[in-house]
Amino acid sequence: MLYHTLADLPLTRTAIISSLSIQGDLRRRIQDLGFSPGNTVTALFRSPLGDPTAYRVFDTVIALRKKEAKHIGITILEKEDLS
Amino acid sequence: MKSNYRIILAGNPNVGKSTVFNALTGLKQHTGNWSGKTVELASGSFRHNNCNFLLEDLPGTYSLISNSPEEDVARDAILFENPDLILIVADATCLTRNLILLLQIMEITPKVALCVNLMDEANRKHICLDLQKLSSLLGIPVLGISAQKRSDIRNLKEFISSVVAGKTSISSISPVRYPSPIEDAICKISPTLPNADFSALQKRFLSLHLLETRKSLPPSFSSLPPPVLSSIEQVVTEAKQTLFRQDISEIRIHDLIAESLFSRSRWITEQCISLSKTNTTTPSAIDRLLTSRWFGIPIMLLFLGLLLWITVSGANYPSSWLMQFFLWLKPYFASCLTFLSLPPFLILLLTDGVYQTVTWVTAVMLPPMLIFFPLFTLLEDLGFLPRLAFNLDRSFQRFGSCGKQALTMCMGLGCNAVGVTGCRIISEKKERFASMITNGFIPCNGRFSLLITLSTLFIGTLFPQNLGSVISTLFLLFLISCSVLLTLFVTGLLTRLWSKTLSAPFSLELPPFRRPKVMQIFIRSLLDRTFHVLLRALRVSVPAGALIWLLANVEVQQTSLLSFFSFFLDPFGKFLGMDGMILLAFLLALPANEIFLPILLMGYLSSGTMIEPANLLTLKEIFVSQGWTILTAINVMMFSLLHFPCATTLLTIKKESGSFLWTVYGFLIPTATAIFVCMITTGCWTLFHILF
Repeated sequence: MLYHTLADLPLTRTAIISSLSIQGDLRRRIQDLGFSPGNTVTALFRSPLGDPTAYRVFDTVIALRKKEAKHIGITILEKEDLS
Repeated sequence: MKSNYRIILAGNPNVGKSTVFNALTGLKQHTGNWSGKTVELASGSFRHNNCNFLLEDLPGTYSLISNSPEEDVARDAILFENPDLILIVADATCLTRNLILLLQIMEITPKVALCVNLMDEANRKHICLDLQKLSSLLGIPVLGISAQKRSDIRNLKEFISSVVAGKTSISSISPVRYPSPIEDAICKISPTLPNADFSALQKRFLSLHLLETRKSLPPSFSSLPPPVLSSIEQVVTEAKQTLFRQDISEIRIHDLIAESLFSRSRWITEQCISLSKTNTTTPSAIDRLLTSRWFGIPIMLLFLGLLLWITVSGANYPSSWLMQFFLWLKPYFASCLTFLSLPPFLILLLTDGVYQTVTWVTAVMLPPMLIFFPLFTLLEDLGFLPRLAFNLDRSFQRFGSCGKQALTMCMGLGCNAVGVTGCRIISEKKERFASMITNGFIPCNGRFSLLITLSTLFIGTLFPQNLGSVISTLFLLFLISCSVLLTLFVTGLLTRLWSKTLSAPFSLELPPFRRPKVMQIFIRSLLDRTFHVLLRALRVSVPAGALIWLLANVEVQQTSLLSFFSFFLDPFGKFLGMDGMILLAFLLALPANEIFLPILLMGYLSSGTMIEPANLLTLKEIFVSQGWTILTAINVMMFSLLHFPCATTLLTIKKESGSFLWTVYGFLIPTATAIFVCMITTGCWTLFHILF
């Protein structure tokens, strides 16, 4: 198990969100989209220019920029953890 | 049973809510396969079993926690409109997320029913939903449909009808229980809210609202008398202090609430869903292709290029047919006017001025739009557009904007007015305004034909036959790149000059590729975009046509007003590398860019009415005889590309921004850019000539 931010999540890997380090409206907006502690997120693909990255959360694909993703703390799941 | 019922439609973005709305009401409303489309409230109605059902379609929201105008509108409507039923539309393929909004709404009112849409998509993905179980767990009536099936819509009408009539029982289970410290706090705050104004459920919701210190409070709360408000505030502060002592800060309150909602939602879904193992960690093949490192952007540009090419080549014939038709019709129109015994002066004004302009605008505007917009809407429905925004976002970020601006620029290729309306999808205000102002840099269909003509005539003819057409196409691409670069540059300038507030987080939902319904697309784009824009343009063309005719035919000291003004503008025109008549034509083409060329010819040939050139070569002869050089052609192309947008676009900017000042900017900024660029080109050219 590794502790990182969402910006570090490699493509096709899944993680559980552990914390959010932004405040106020931005925080609520991110949570509304599903990036909330306890939820699972998978990094799917990246823009050809490198940013943003598309993440699957709650069966929806949402694109987030790196500058927002790095505020989302995650615990990357090893491939074996996914049953 | 009543005879009139009010229903509110709510749900996440992109679940097909508007498709359901359209199907129920038969109203053609604009929907596209990506979030953020419906920003205004739409209403419609349908009749069933001799009852009238009034339907209101709320903007799609992920939750009721106010963060944007859409969520404010949705929340207030649900809280205080007191509808007979709130119908939540959910996406069967991602139920958990959709349930969050549902649970939040159930916290406010018991009059809720759930319509699970996209059941066919779920079947295709081997997702099996036990709707009966879902209904019993939630305590509300649930119906599964595929909005595109007519029989399902009939079922939905029957479902709504029986729910409001009370035939299906609704048991009000408290949907979510929060951790006990928060529940205690709610118990303390609720009683302070006056019974007369709020129901028990509404009080619960408001208490949560107050605990979380959410910014915008509903008006019915803020309008309570001050002493009541202050006593409520006091209790709230005490409750928060109690929580703080238990190590629950304000941020933590929201987190706990969110976590409770998510876990309840997850739990309910897990009870009702069974799916065969699907790989959800890798993107679909199309996504991989469209966003691939080397091919992604080129493929998208190819699609856009194809779209443009089809539009331009496809529109030529219909345009000339329409013109011929209107020409044929003209004498009949004139004789109708003569029949009405109008004075000859007026008849000429109406036929050679108004009729000519209006029919010209229609003939030139309509065919390209009829081709461009359905194709564009097709791309939209396929989910192509959000991927375009996704791919290009990073470059736009550098200029203080976001990838969604790329989409508005694409819409601007069809018509700048539509591009400006499209700027609604950009949530950040300064970015939105900057996009609206710079949208005019992208050549719309009307200007495109001018650019092609001039490029072929003046650039292409410098080279032998086949090479010539290649070169002129390359020059066109060069012009478009100039537009794009200038758009980015000016956007960057504008966003930097604006106040340095933190921008809202950029997020974009990338919906799965859904099979589009071609017929629906055609009809929708027809009514929505094409006719709408055309009508607006025609409204401006009528007075413009009259004015142009007057200028061309009213004489002052032996010269027409037209020649008079062009003479007046000539020095400035020459300074910009053009001439007075060209500038005047640009000014008079404010109603619609399409009439620039006809007005110019009218002026050059001193005819009393706009004429169409017999063929391209005579056009070139006319220009050359008026002193045109390659420099003139280049400047005209540049000016046409960059100058103020047409009147329809300006009116649209006014409507979308709500600000007269910004509309003025929308006129001045492009014009200033155009003047500046023309000065530079002329300057460089003259310098080049002097030196060599």
